[in-house]
Amino acid sequence: MSGTFVGMPAFPRAAHEAVNNQTLRGNLRHATHTIRAKRANAVAEVSDWAELREAGKRIKDHTLRHLDRYLVQLEESVVAAGGTVHWAADADEANEIVTQLVKMTGESEVVKVKSMATQEIGLNEALEAAGIRAYETDLAELIVQLGKDRPSHILVPAIHRNRGEIRDIFEREMGEWGRPAPEGLTDTPAELAEAARLHLREKFLRAKVGVSGANFMVADTGTLVVVESEGNGRMCLTLPETLISVVGIEKIVPTWQDLEVFLQTLPRSSTAERMNPYTSTWTGTTDEDGPQNFHLVLLDNGRSDTLADEVGRQALRCIRCSACLNVCPVYERAGGHAYGSVYPGPIGAILSPQLRGTASEIDASLPYASSLCGACYEVCPVAIDIPEVLVHLRERVVQGGPVVREGNKVVLKPAKGHAAERAAMRAARWAFAHPGVLRTGQRAASRTRRLHPRTLPGPGKAWSGTRDLPAVPAEPFRDWWQRTNGGTSETGGSK
Amino acid sequence: MRVALFLTCVNDTLYPDTGRAVVKLLTRLGVDVDFPMSQTCCGQAHYNTGYRHEAEPLARHFSDVFRDYEAIVTPSGSCGAMVRELYPRMGERARAEGRGEGLATALAPVVPKTYELTEFLVDVLGVTDVGAYYPHTVTYHPTCHGLRGLGLGDRPRRLLQAVKGLELKELPGADECCGFGGTFALKNSDVSAAMGADKVRNAESTGAEVLCAADNSCLMHIGGTMGRLESDMRPVHIAEILASTEEEPAA
Repeated sequence: MSGTFVGMPAFPRAAHEAVNNQTLRGNLRHATHTIRAKRANAVAEVSDWAELREAGKRIKDHTLRHLDRYLVQLEESVVAAGGTVHWAADADEANEIVTQLVKMTGESEVVKVKSMATQEIGLNEALEAAGIRAYETDLAELIVQLGKDRPSHILVPAIHRNRGEIRDIFEREMGEWGRPAPEGLTDTPAELAEAARLHLREKFLRAKVGVSGANFMVADTGTLVVVESEGNGRMCLTLPETLISVVGIEKIVPTWQDLEVFLQTLPRSSTAERMNPYTSTWTGTTDEDGPQNFHLVLLDNGRSDTLADEVGRQALRCIRCSACLNVCPVYERAGGHAYGSVYPGPIGAILSPQLRGTASEIDASLPYASSLCGACYEVCPVAIDIPEVLVHLRERVVQGGPVVREGNKVVLKPAKGHAAERAAMRAARWAFAHPGVLRTGQRAASRTRRLHPRTLPGPGKAWSGTRDLPAVPAEPFRDWWQRTNGGTSETGGSK
Repeated sequence: MRVALFLTCVNDTLYPDTGRAVVKLLTRLGVDVDFPMSQTCCGQAHYNTGYRHEAEPLARHFSDVFRDYEAIVTPSGSCGAMVRELYPRMGERARAEGRGEGLATALAPVVPKTYELTEFLVDVLGVTDVGAYYPHTVTYHPTCHGLRGLGLGDRPRRLLQAVKGLELKELPGADECCGFGGTFALKNSDVSAAMGADKVRNAESTGAEVLCAADNSCLMHIGGTMGRLESDMRPVHIAEILASTEEEPAA
């Protein structure tokens, strides 16, 4: 299945199936509530969490404000350390660069450590088209790849799968890709992990080319950082002869000292761990140790355009911890696939429509995939005000306005399909600007209240299909107030 | 102290009993309450759906209506958060877009003196025991905009705990959204309904008779869901509980 999610339906339709799938709902509820509680404990242990959150926000904002300078510094540092830097404006360019780099090695397969950037650009599909097979080595990514599936969570891409499903996928698919699953594989976690270990070990030892992402890039030393739990990443980063890292330009931090903040906030926010099991850092190349060729592909793919937006740019602070997914009541019911992107949940709802624009049906619907409850903002370790950006993007969808796309200023037209809503909003505003009109409407509703149906036709069905309508009172408050002078001249009366 | 009741358009039109309860309660506590008749809507539905330019005239209207009062009290965490959290933002955006200081200047005086009801009782009047009597078991749902927008904290629960006869039951998953979310309830009705049903099931698990909140919009959604699920519970606004006395008990 495509990793680029072209032609996804709007969020409400995509969510419909998940909402009615009780097994999926149960899996997601259990998983998100468990990690939510663990995270809360891990964060509560840190006495200066609020300061760390503010520091993370400040470091990211500072870096984004001077991104041009830090990127040039990073390039100089990487080159000085023996690496090569490539700049990719969009997905096609990035895919072409990586494909050519792999071809130059003469290899036809690569091992990959979890990289959302390569998922975002659909690298695996591009490599496949060029006759190169890419093997995912992160356990959850492996499950997704073997299952011909799509990731549904930032940290736990196979969160929607249970143990039984994973066993079936391993048994059915592993042989197609390399070492088959052991005979009589059960669904116990230890056996599943061992099956994956044996399958992957063969690939690690054979691979000449590794493709990775990175959680951070340190500008002053040209160092890249991967934070992980399994150690598979470290093998991808050290065993191959050639390492190609594809990283979004926003992942940069100025110095090693800045990592101090994120190496505390990221593990606690994502896996509820005090420290993640493996933190790997690599700087260019070292003689006779690790990959002898290192290529860094710096990916823009809509990030500069996002940076041009004063309100929306805060989405680029994201360190991909997925805490916002785990507290989101909408994600919990709709599942990750409904967001039509490798970035699901609240952060996906503000990131995708900025990276990809709001032209498609799914992207125009994502800013509305939230009840604006604010739990995502509260939990975010870099204080991204997701509700604020959602409302900002809603405005872009319904009103249009100036944006930057591919470096050019353009004026967006309002999205289609909002004409009736726009007219209703305008009419409501007009009525609210004329208290007399409002009052007439209230009185009409009160007079006809015995005639009101229990369910509504047309768009009103969206309410009355699942909820009773409130009863309209005999008298709106303002009429009571006027009739009784606030209850001082007459009490009781009609109720 | 002369305060204005900002009842909100939803309460005025659909829940007048809440407004009457606020008047009764505040009057009992010695507050001189006025209801400016030209008030309408804070513009939240417009703003949150993406129609900021339709919301701006309503914010200006709000300021015109309420600016001369000592305090503005509203029995709605969500509309209160609209004024306190988002009006300043609207002013800033107007300024950033080169439309001058006008909106920011108009809104500045009303923002700091707008209070949600429980906040006004605890912070301004300094009372937690309002002399209420309500012989029922109650569970309290802290609505999102009250909880995270205004930071009401434990004020509502402290007020409820001081009510004679009232037994307060802890609501599991209290801080989770009920799924209303204004136009979200219509635009994503499947997800909204699923959230509402979970909230009702959590509330039912407490064994309480009443689910109480400080916002009738959320209660409209939760109550509508209770009705459809044929739940024995009923939704009641906190103002109606706090206004209830032994002489004149609320149902």
